[in-house]
Amino acid sequence: MHIQEELSQRHVLSLTVSNEAGILARIAGLFTARGYNIDSLTVADITDDHAISRITIVTGGPPKVIDQIIAQLDRLVPVHKVTDLTENGPFVERELALVKVAGTGEDRIEALRLADVFRAKVVDTTIGSFIFEITGTTEKIDNFVGLMRQIGLVEVGRTGVVGLIRGKEPN
Amino acid sequence: MAEKSGADILVECLVDLGVEVVFGYPGGAVLPIYDALYNHPTIKHVLVRHEQGATHMAEGYARSTGKPGVVLVTSGPGATNAVTGITDALMDSIPMVVITGQVPTQLIGTDAFQEADTIGITRHCTKHNYLVKTPGKLAEVIHEAFHIATTGRPGPVVIDIPKNVQIATAPYAKPELKVHASYHPQTKADAAGIDAAVEMLAAAERPILYTGGGVINSGPQATALLRELAALTGAPVTSTLMGLGAFPASSDQWMGMLGMHGTYEANWAMNQADLILCVGARFDDRVTGRLDAFAPNSRKIHIDIDRSSINKIVEVDVAVVADVASALDDIISLWKQRGHQKADLTEWWARIAGWRARKSLDYAENGTEIMPQRAIADLYKACQATGKDVIITTEVGQHQMWAAQHFGFDAPNKWLTSGGLGTMGYGFPAAIGAQMGNPGSLAICIAGDASVQMNIQELGTATQYRLPVKLFILNNEYMGMVRQWQELTYESRYSNSYSDSLPDFVKLGEAYGWTGIRIEGPQELEAGIRQMLETPGPVIVDCRVAKLSNCFPMIPSGAAHTEMLLDPSQVEGVMSDEAKALV
Ligand SMILES: Cc1ncc(C[n+]2csc(CCOP(=O)(O)OP(=O)(O)O)c2C)c(N)n1
Repeated sequence: MHIQEELSQRHVLSLTVSNEAGILARIAGLFTARGYNIDSLTVADITDDHAISRITIVTGGPPKVIDQIIAQLDRLVPVHKVTDLTENGPFVERELALVKVAGTGEDRIEALRLADVFRAKVVDTTIGSFIFEITGTTEKIDNFVGLMRQIGLVEVGRTGVVGLIRGKEPN
Repeated sequence: MAEKSGADILVECLVDLGVEVVFGYPGGAVLPIYDALYNHPTIKHVLVRHEQGATHMAEGYARSTGKPGVVLVTSGPGATNAVTGITDALMDSIPMVVITGQVPTQLIGTDAFQEADTIGITRHCTKHNYLVKTPGKLAEVIHEAFHIATTGRPGPVVIDIPKNVQIATAPYAKPELKVHASYHPQTKADAAGIDAAVEMLAAAERPILYTGGGVINSGPQATALLRELAALTGAPVTSTLMGLGAFPASSDQWMGMLGMHGTYEANWAMNQADLILCVGARFDDRVTGRLDAFAPNSRKIHIDIDRSSINKIVEVDVAVVADVASALDDIISLWKQRGHQKADLTEWWARIAGWRARKSLDYAENGTEIMPQRAIADLYKACQATGKDVIITTEVGQHQMWAAQHFGFDAPNKWLTSGGLGTMGYGFPAAIGAQMGNPGSLAICIAGDASVQMNIQELGTATQYRLPVKLFILNNEYMGMVRQWQELTYESRYSNSYSDSLPDFVKLGEAYGWTGIRIEGPQELEAGIRQMLETPGPVIVDCRVAKLSNCFPMIPSGAAHTEMLLDPSQVEGVMSDEAKALV
């Protein structure tokens, strides 16, 4: 007997939640307990009084599973609202990465040239390395990191995706 | 404003919330609360023998009274011992509030004596949980906890209170109920769903009402409305294990339970129906059998207060997110308003009569051994003859299924069994809790010889509080349900399913001050049961039943409703790996 895998679709979910102790564990734990995937998760409070946080989760699964994920999240007491950006789009998504690249001579120049093409900024430099700051979609960052890997990538730090619906929020 | 200690605030809130009984067990981290409860004039504390017992007692109390069950345990082992019962309450949607002591706030995270991360451990087996770090927050949290436990889809809520928070004081005034702005369970259905449901019901030729524990949780109005809807539509009614009693077993429209050990007629009717109205049930795997063969030609309407239950397993045509009573009320009103008449279901009922004629619950008797089914049927008869209000709880195993099949329930809240989690050790404490909440009723636990040993220590609790519960053990000397699966799937290799070294249950009961009765053969059965029911005080009965009986009918795992096994001759004794891998 073999175990079959199901086809999966990428969805970006945006949640507003009460900013209380344990909320992140509650959400992350729900994903592990029910066997859902988390590709990335970001969280930060978004109101003046720090009472509400926005959590953006990139997940994947067949449509039925995505629907369950939303229903299960919605059921948590401190969750105010769950929006499937992918479903309710169009939406804007961005990720930020810090990319450290080491190299000298021609590699160093090539790194700068590529950074320019991707509109990455140099935020730190030493004789033998750069740290670039880049924002964009996950795909753009993947591409940038992929190219830098060939030149002399040392380390990458990524924030994960944040996203917002364009124009008016759906109800 | 007057200052009060955290412990006093807690107790005052419990009084304000109408709590009459707390099931608990003391320890270092709850001593201040126990002191506040000392000689309390209105709150009765039931001292259990193991914290798991307290949780199941609270569940039994809650299910039989409709009020939330309340548990009080200490930190660390007290809290971890409560986890099984909390999970059980989550799976079966039972309103319960569990108060756990915690080490003082300054020691949290230091691996202090009897520290456990109760909030972390119970995060995913509660509907919600709280760690209260200041006495000023306590009243608000307690009121919200009861609100959350009892509204929407009910469930367990844990409140973890560090010891210093119990002792420290804060100004106290009776709080207003402040609930999370994000908590608003939908109780009233959208009109479109109701409209579609009514029209589909009116047009159906082969409808069936598939009901579950949600009907009972919704309350007495829901059960009354279910009866009305059944009368209006003339549709047959089946129920899950959890829903037994929501619709009277004595009705002509009653089909018996459905699912793995359901009746032939209920499962065939589900399979052949053109419309399934699911009311407060959740298409559990024990109900659906093989999913791709489940009710293939039917349209489906699902009423549930929990949106995540809808389309989780079976995709439905109409989703009605609402409290059952509210949704049924809306459906009935619209049905009447539209002037719908009962459809002619003669043909449908004729087919049902054909399935019923298979008499799927019949069993063979040999005159020398007590058949377990007979023991239940006789118990049912004898209970009816008492004219008393009877509450039945069960443990988990074959006896549970036989009880569901052969004991008839005509009213809700009289049948308490662990459905979702299937917790051995549930039934006996649940009967104690039910008895506590219903002093005038006859609370009987139907148990198996293995399950009953999981919380057997609670014999002492019943003795202490003079609770006249009856513990009716169907003793087959096996973990019968495990043995049955081994017979069906593993060529009768009975690996570790024999109940070796059983205690003498009669003597054991007597050691705790109970009356003990042994029933050894068919000729003793009736008199033994009568004696149990007539003896005042708690009674333990060791009813020796046939050792190797199997529970039929049965849909083997991975099979469809139409592939039921009706009797032992259909058993092959081997199974494919795919089927074996299913739960
Ligand atoms: C806590 C727990 N452990 C294990 C099981 C698995 N299990 C289900 S039924 C059963 C046997 C029950 O035996 P018994 O109580 O004698 O009842 P019978 O089936 O013989 O009627 C077991 C071990 C369970 N349901 N719960």
